[in-house]
Amino acid sequence: MSSPALRLGPLSVRVRPRHLLASSAVVVTAAAVAVVSLAVGEVPLAPARVLAALTGRGTAAEALVVLELRLPRVLLALAVGAVLGMSGATTQLTAGNALASPDLLGVTAGASAGAVTVIVAADRPGASAPLLALGVVGAAVLGGLVAAALVALLLWWVALDGLQPLLVGVGVSALFSGLVSGLLVSASIDDAARATVWLTGSLNARGAQELAVVAVALPLLVVLWAMSSRLSTFALGADVARALGTSTARTVTTALVISVVAVSLATAVAGPVAFVALVAPHLARTLTASPWPPLGASAAAGALLVTGADLVARTALAPVLLPVGAVTALVGAPFLVWLLVRRRNP
Amino acid sequence: MVARAHPAVAAAVLCAALAACAAASLLVGTRDLGAAAVLDVLRGASDDPEAVAVVAGQRLPRTVVGAVAGAALAVGGALAQAHTRNPLADPGLLGVTAGAALGVVGGATWLGLGTAGGAVWTAFAGAAAATTAVGVVAALASSRRDSGPAALVLAGAAVSALLSSVTGVLLLLDLSALDVYRFWTVGSLAGARGGEALAVVWPFVVAGLVLALAQGRALDVLALGDDTARSLGRSLTGTRVTGVVAVVLLVGAAVSCVGSLGFVGLVAPHLVRRASRGDHRSLLPLAALAGAVLVLAADVVGRLVVQPAELPVGVVLGVLGGPAFLVVVARSARRRQRRSRSARASARASARTAPAAR
Repeated sequence: MSSPALRLGPLSVRVRPRHLLASSAVVVTAAAVAVVSLAVGEVPLAPARVLAALTGRGTAAEALVVLELRLPRVLLALAVGAVLGMSGATTQLTAGNALASPDLLGVTAGASAGAVTVIVAADRPGASAPLLALGVVGAAVLGGLVAAALVALLLWWVALDGLQPLLVGVGVSALFSGLVSGLLVSASIDDAARATVWLTGSLNARGAQELAVVAVALPLLVVLWAMSSRLSTFALGADVARALGTSTARTVTTALVISVVAVSLATAVAGPVAFVALVAPHLARTLTASPWPPLGASAAAGALLVTGADLVARTALAPVLLPVGAVTALVGAPFLVWLLVRRRNP
Repeated sequence: MVARAHPAVAAAVLCAALAACAAASLLVGTRDLGAAAVLDVLRGASDDPEAVAVVAGQRLPRTVVGAVAGAALAVGGALAQAHTRNPLADPGLLGVTAGAALGVVGGATWLGLGTAGGAVWTAFAGAAAATTAVGVVAALASSRRDSGPAALVLAGAAVSALLSSVTGVLLLLDLSALDVYRFWTVGSLAGARGGEALAVVWPFVVAGLVLALAQGRALDVLALGDDTARSLGRSLTGTRVTGVVAVVLLVGAAVSCVGSLGFVGLVAPHLVRRASRGDHRSLLPLAALAGAVLVLAADVVGRLVVQPAELPVGVVLGVLGGPAFLVVVARSARRRQRRSRSARASARASARTAPAAR
């Protein structure tokens, strides 16, 4: 499909109307869902009042509910979704594999191992004080970064094309998941239940500390996005990418290391929210009719998915708060099936 | 090394390794029996009731279960990888593991099946139902557009995720189901449930293996791409349906015996892929042997490291198998790197001499 281009001297930007339209639609929907999420809850507010509170024109009570209680959670959902979506697209592009997701790169399992260790060790007599002082979030960040460092080291050591990075991740992942299942089996049933809630992925009872952690990941996304034109050459295959002047090994290593660090931070705050990193790129690709998963639209789709799922998780069985990870797949999977079976040209 | 050997040599090495692991599995345990006593029991000539109980009652069944489950998972994984043409596919991809897990948890929640051993049928039924759903979605998807294996992969991922999240919600609401599930999901050969389950499901394993091995030739053709396979006269639908049925039979039976051990199915085919030289008729049997060796070896190690207790085989496979797999990947990657570097160097050398020749 040919598309118009904007040229200004040596600069030219291709204008892809479908891509622009679909991406902005996803961003607008995500923003709308976020506003609805700020409005819905124990104290229902009209969307207009929410916007007033956001711009500082609301009453003190509205400001408390919107800005203090609900906003951190919604921001967290948006940020975690964006990180997972964009990292998913990066992994799928660099691996040239529709099944690839950062979960396969071992950081999710690493963060889980850290968090579960602290949850299980919390009421054991012999637990070491530094471990407990670390807290669940700290331990999850540590576990995720250890796994990320391991993956980065191995990537540098084996240097790679095609599937090697993911196979490396599979090995790291197996190691840490083995640790998690060992801990789960040896734990008391109450600790196992608490660990399971964390392992489902949840945004309940998160606050400023978690927001600060995930804020570190957002600049990483900007770097990834800046690499997107180089990354999209991988959609044509590593050989073509090389022929087009992309230094493939360096690009793959940089992009994957950035992705695993970002995902380990997101996982540390929200737990391993299932399915988002895998499905968001597919949603973005189908909606924008793009031949490869576009990074920006994938981030927006991920943010939409997590925010929407969290809204459902918060309200479906209210006042019981479901963990968001239990809902992402309930919302995302039927959508993916619908995308698969609908007619392309009705 | 198995990696580059001739298929027959690789098969011989793996058979020897399997025999060694099986022998170790019979000999090793909390109770130190000695080789002579174990042999006596196997010949039926033992008069020590305790030795009979330990060897014939526990070690022999778990050895057989481990070998059969490992082989079934590995062949299931190889089939899934061949049919989706995706080397990252594991046997859980087609919804089998997620369906079986929902079967176990649903059985515990709704039917009150308190032990994992009672869950053989619910696990198997869950696996079969889930894979049928994946097949229907994939068939609908590929009749609408020509997307080939991608449809199967995405349908499997979607259905698996959906079932897992239902399982997750059930687990959050029901503590006793979680207690059953956490021991099921880790994958273990301990206790009597594996033997009892295998006594029920072995016909499925045999049928699955026969279907899989009969498919070897078709899989080689499928590896050339859908269009080529079709133009060579293969019925793609027939081949796919047979393959999916074989995966359900093999993996459904294996996970209802030992719980979910997805790693074996993913890794075993990779370990023997180079030795098989792209021929599925040797890849499938070699993968079966490798899978059996992996599970038995992990089980023996799990019994040795924390005596008198034992580590579940799933934990050992992850904690030791993961790094071991990393070593294999890294070694083969470095070897390939060295080779391509020397190829580049010789290309440069010939480029330098070329002008002189002209």
